[in-house]
Amino acid sequence: MSISRELRPALSLVVLFTILTGFILPEAFTGAMQLALPFQANGSLLTVNGQVVGSALIGQNFTSAKYFQPRPSALSGTDAKGNPISTPYDASESGASNLAPASASLLQSVQQRVVAYRKAFGPGPVPADAVTASGSGIDPDISLANALRQAPAVASARHLDAAKVTLLVNQMAHESFLAIVGTQHVNVLQLNLAMDRLGAP
Amino acid sequence: MTMQGMLYIALVFALVLGCAFPMGSYMAAIFEERVNYLAPVENGFYKLAGVDPKRAMRWTDYATTLLLLSVIHFLLLYAILRLQYYLPMNPLHIAGMSPRLAFNTAASFSTNTNWQAYAPESQISNGAQVFGLVVHMFISAAAGIAVAAAVMRAFTTGGLQSLGNFYADLTRITLYLLLPVSIIAATILVVAGSPQTFAQTFTAHTLDAGSQTIAIGPVAFQEAIKELGTNGGGFFNANSGHPFENPDAWTNLLENWLDLVIGFGLPIAFGIMLKDKAQGRALMFAMAIILSLGCIGSYAAEAAGNPLHIAAGVSASGGNMEGKEVRFGIVGSTTFNVAATGTSTGAVDSFTDSYMPLGGAIPLFLMQLGEVTPGGVGSGFYTIIVFALLSVFVAGLMVGRTPEYLGKKVQAKEIKLAMLGVLILTIFILAGAGFSLMTKSGFGSLANAGPHGLTEMLYAWSSATENNGSAFAGISADTPLLDYGLGSAMLFGRFAFLIPVLAIAGSLAAKPKLSASSGTFPTTGPLFIGLLIGVIIILGGLQYLPADTLGPLADQYLLAAGKTF
Repeated sequence: MSISRELRPALSLVVLFTILTGFILPEAFTGAMQLALPFQANGSLLTVNGQVVGSALIGQNFTSAKYFQPRPSALSGTDAKGNPISTPYDASESGASNLAPASASLLQSVQQRVVAYRKAFGPGPVPADAVTASGSGIDPDISLANALRQAPAVASARHLDAAKVTLLVNQMAHESFLAIVGTQHVNVLQLNLAMDRLGAP
Repeated sequence: MTMQGMLYIALVFALVLGCAFPMGSYMAAIFEERVNYLAPVENGFYKLAGVDPKRAMRWTDYATTLLLLSVIHFLLLYAILRLQYYLPMNPLHIAGMSPRLAFNTAASFSTNTNWQAYAPESQISNGAQVFGLVVHMFISAAAGIAVAAAVMRAFTTGGLQSLGNFYADLTRITLYLLLPVSIIAATILVVAGSPQTFAQTFTAHTLDAGSQTIAIGPVAFQEAIKELGTNGGGFFNANSGHPFENPDAWTNLLENWLDLVIGFGLPIAFGIMLKDKAQGRALMFAMAIILSLGCIGSYAAEAAGNPLHIAAGVSASGGNMEGKEVRFGIVGSTTFNVAATGTSTGAVDSFTDSYMPLGGAIPLFLMQLGEVTPGGVGSGFYTIIVFALLSVFVAGLMVGRTPEYLGKKVQAKEIKLAMLGVLILTIFILAGAGFSLMTKSGFGSLANAGPHGLTEMLYAWSSATENNGSAFAGISADTPLLDYGLGSAMLFGRFAFLIPVLAIAGSLAAKPKLSASSGTFPTTGPLFIGLLIGVIIILGGLQYLPADTLGPLADQYLLAAGKTF
């Protein structure tokens, strides 16, 4: 066997498979999905009054007291001067803190977040998801326990009945399948959109 | 740990092992050319490429053609990555990669590793992902499975000179196995919410914080083959933790299944080709036992939570959620990551760097075992065959008989080649990690201090050499030392193991096939499965124990004592 004789088949197969799996199929598949499932294929966009307010799958940052708070996000970028800054929920990137379980800086962050969480939502045990950064940095969800813990404070910021807000949270909760597949959680953006529809301020 | 969590692990195994049987019989039909519903496309490919699919290849021809095709494909990807600025589908005008990063990435994707030293959102265009990376995801996976098919043929009859035809195997595996399954899986992913568009970003006017730019793209198509071909190269930096790659707990389960189903199906295909199904089942169960213990161990470690954080007031019931997504929960996260390191996928839906030391030690150890539980598509199968040969050799030593496996006499030549393959990888991992930590550049790449830093470096070299591709992702991998070092480790880990394996296959194929006698060591029962597991752990894993003791084990003890870094 000579290498030169093998060049043609090896090179041709690389080219043919690049055309098939790199051009024809992705184009055809994208075209088919755009036709058949345009909502999902374009990122599950949510609109209010014709304006895109986000994706149903991508978390966004909320800081006002009238909104439910998402999980901490470890995303960071640089400011105009090149200094590192925190850019929570910047969905043009994604990623985790990658801090070790024995990391002193992680422990310090967690301690500060526990204090802040208790200050905002009252004393007691703090749900783990509320004080740890997610894997993606754009986790759209919080645990049901976390949402229920936040409900009275959000209700009071909006001058609403706490029971009404708690009811809404429970209605919007995603259930797991027999507690085996999935978790009990709430999509923060969708919950906050529902809060805006519920009313004041 | 909860009963429901254990049931989730049981569910994953039931789905995977249950489907391994039909998948195995379908793959055997592909290898034996009993499937040909795409014959016009297949024959068209042969015609255009000038391939004679019936041409018999000895092991040397098989290895040469595989190497040649891999080199050509490597060079093509290197060129695409360097030139992506000038190529189509680059709406963000992303610049070409640096030479060292392009080398690392091309090595990574042509070896089925999918180690990502780049941040996808900002460093690679949609086009380079689609016609660069995704094509490699199909071809490198198909090449691995082709070698597995060649090794299987070596055991089927005696006096065999040919291991099959590499070009035909590659074409058939891509057309009949990888393409149809990944198209079905990609469609399910889109239904669940994974996007498929050629746009690269869109902007949302958010409720509370101005605007948000969201990266998007042809995600679903890549995601399916990323899992099915045990590739692992994420469309996004957060890999399968990104909601667009993995929208909910059901897609998480689907992706977990895709990771494992070919790997567990291959031994079944082997049993069918041997006309002795029990042989294939024995290999499959040995793989499954090790992997299931890994899944349970990692789940236990993460579900218990971080004692330092619990002491700071965090509820213990949530487990260790740092680096994990709420929708998957603890068991969905750990099972995914363990499966993706027991295979050579290396995809992650949660970040192992932030796992508890023992939770992260399990993915590390599964890679170090040599990627056999069930390993990369094809590569896991041919690696466990190496371990099976070593097992019958060990058993033969005990009773003083010439060992044989499946009717083929195993002699000095095969055992030397097998040990060469096993030892070569060990040296690369330990010497590579050790050397890197002695340099200023290597030390500077670490994100975490203390024993956890050692684990980061050890993990990187294990992942690259074993062609896994996952990372303790805090490590800064885009440095000259790690780009060139790990890139070489990937190429070496793939081809310096694969070529001895093909040599073994060639040597065994030519031998006569003996019928079993009363003195033959049975290779189907629990005794053999136990011996095989023992050999995998002792020969595959023991040499890493000193390093792992200084890394994750020391990390765990110090953490339990309340020490932080």
